Amino acid sequence: MSTPETTPVTTDVATAPPVLEISSLCVDYGVGQGAVRALHDVDLTLRRGEVLGLAGESGSGKSTLAYAVTRLLSPPGVITGGDVRYHPRGGEPVDVLAMTPQELRAFRWQEISIVFQGAMNSLNPVHTVRTQLTDVLKAHRPGMSRTERVERARELLSLVGISPDRLSAYPHQLSGGMRQRVMIAMALALEPEVVIMDEPTTALDVVMQRQILRQLVRLREELGFSVVFITHDISLLIEFSDRIAIMYGGRIVEQAGAAEIYRDPRHPYSDGLLHSFPALRGPRRELTGIPGSPPDLKAMPPGCAFHPRCPKAFDPCDRRVPRLAPVGTDTDRSVACWLNDDRRSGEA
Amino acid sequence: MSEEHTARPADERVVLEARGVSKHFPVRRGPRSLLGGPRPAVHAVDDVSLRLRRGSVTALVGESGSGKSTVARLLAQLYPLTSGEILLDGEPARAGRGRAFRAYCRHVQMVFQDPFASLNPVHTVRYHLTRALRIHNRAGNSRQELEEALTELLGRVQLTPAGRYLDSFPHELSGGQRQRVAIARALAADPRVLLADEPVSMLDVSIRLGVLNLLRDLKERLDLAILYITHDIASARYFADTTLVMYAGRMVEGGDSETVTQRPAHPYTRLLLASAPDPDRVTDGEDGEDGGEGRADEPTEDADPAGGEPPSLISPPPGCRFHPRCPMAMERCRTQTPPRFDLDDGQWAACWLYDTPSAVPAGRTGGTAEAPGTGSEAAS
Repeated sequence: MSTPETTPVTTDVATAPPVLEISSLCVDYGVGQGAVRALHDVDLTLRRGEVLGLAGESGSGKSTLAYAVTRLLSPPGVITGGDVRYHPRGGEPVDVLAMTPQELRAFRWQEISIVFQGAMNSLNPVHTVRTQLTDVLKAHRPGMSRTERVERARELLSLVGISPDRLSAYPHQLSGGMRQRVMIAMALALEPEVVIMDEPTTALDVVMQRQILRQLVRLREELGFSVVFITHDISLLIEFSDRIAIMYGGRIVEQAGAAEIYRDPRHPYSDGLLHSFPALRGPRRELTGIPGSPPDLKAMPPGCAFHPRCPKAFDPCDRRVPRLAPVGTDTDRSVACWLNDDRRSGEA
Repeated sequence: MSEEHTARPADERVVLEARGVSKHFPVRRGPRSLLGGPRPAVHAVDDVSLRLRRGSVTALVGESGSGKSTVARLLAQLYPLTSGEILLDGEPARAGRGRAFRAYCRHVQMVFQDPFASLNPVHTVRYHLTRALRIHNRAGNSRQELEEALTELLGRVQLTPAGRYLDSFPHELSGGQRQRVAIARALAADPRVLLADEPVSMLDVSIRLGVLNLLRDLKERLDLAILYITHDIASARYFADTTLVMYAGRMVEGGDSETVTQRPAHPYTRLLLASAPDPDRVTDGEDGEDGGEGRADEPTEDADPAGGEPPSLISPPPGCRFHPRCPMAMERCRTQTPPRFDLDDGQWAACWLYDTPSAVPAGRTGGTAEAPGTGSEAAS
């Protein structure tokens, strides 16, 4: 196979130190009586150099999680509890939620950058690519001279595979895929430790999507940053990420290595999600998707949020919320399902 | 897939046909180009021919900008044609406006991509469906008959009990339910052809298959001809009987869905298949040799994803429009537009590679190619 870059580098990533630790993070939209809880006790660890995939349907809270971690959540979103710790390279961990606006300003883009959903349209149409790329450097690296900034901008463009002479182009002169790459270049401008990508390629075609993701994986290996990759397309994640966390109704329901999730999903929702994508090869099977529709945050079902759609729901599911717990002795896998509670090593 | 449509003569089943259809959109000229030169146009669709048969799903696959939605809109007579013709039941159809357009709509209905935008937010489901029924004179003569028609429509799209949905507003429904209402509205005309323009790409992943299965069920029960437009070639394989591939405004390949996805002939189709997300690609490498049956025609082997982007359609490249990105481009690809070359099993490709039998590329050694127009059957 001619795709060596898709081989997960599990050996060194699995033991790598954490770079971002999220513990029991809760986010509400609104306050008081009308508040809607969008994230429930989310625990997630991002290790240095890994690509962590975050999968879920719309309304599952995956984008909210990205915004909460970067403190970009705009009202009525409120972080109501939990902890986000960032571990700088060779330094003491920092509490992201306690940062002052000045600290945040230095922290964002320098340590964590984010490529937004529909990033193709986040470029300013009346400025050239050069102005927008050097603007980042101007704000964060006041010591740099004008020529150094332009030099760095040229370097960044060639890093993402765009010819540096496109620096003076306006966004409308670039194709969608190129605009997306400019956004990625901008996110890498200050060499951050963590890049969060919120549905970075949803608006692109499959051919372009693959080109960009390959480039990203290559850059990750060259520059050593970690990636949180948010998407609803789990088949894409299985190819491109090391670990996958699956969200449903504001909680993480399963977390495991990409190949493990694909081979042996433990949560019925992960299983359903994997069976919602028709295969390109092999026998043509009748697929059903998942019956019902995703839950409404305003009227969450009691107990496990998935139980009304779950084919395996049984006694405790509609009353008690399952906690995210490790599967067997494997500390790297966890699942929030009552099925896993007692007979974890039982029948599959 | 389905047996019954092959049993009868194929041409009787054809409801809607496009013959050599082209659509060019004129571009507004800038101050510089005002001086002379031909008026530029976007060549959105060029020389497209296709047939939709009753009880069969035809998928039209392509990237955005390849002209697939324009084809649907041309078939729905929402745009005038630049050239070519559209035949309904073998008769040339030229729906203009008003009465003629409505008569055409009775047979050909369209379902749009975004159910959040295609339903009016200030009206209930009842209003949307009643209006469609009234326009097509199917609302009956009494209140009770109307009520029955509404219940039946919602039942067809599996929104039961109907009473729960009739008086709700679009914002009270989930995406999947909304798309079902949009399908019900299209069915209100009792059409024979349904043009579905990316009907599931705006929906949540877990409910997409539910809507696709519903459409397939409707196809069988109502003997509909469905055109399914998508960029997801895996879903075309799952859902459609026939698959057509479009690139930069032209059809490049067509045939039975299984054949097109398992033994792609055109280099572009191979690129598309190699780019589609496929978890098996990773896990197969780890698991070793399981699931190895029928993998000789591995589409990924020879198709190293080519760089580049689709061409500008204002001045499309001469010859084959894929030649600037094609790993197998030959000299004549740059100058001559390839016609359709018939391959086995009703598959065809518009690619010069299939002009002579000796030029069959590696990876398709099992297939045979024949010279165009001779009709001589090459032994396989």
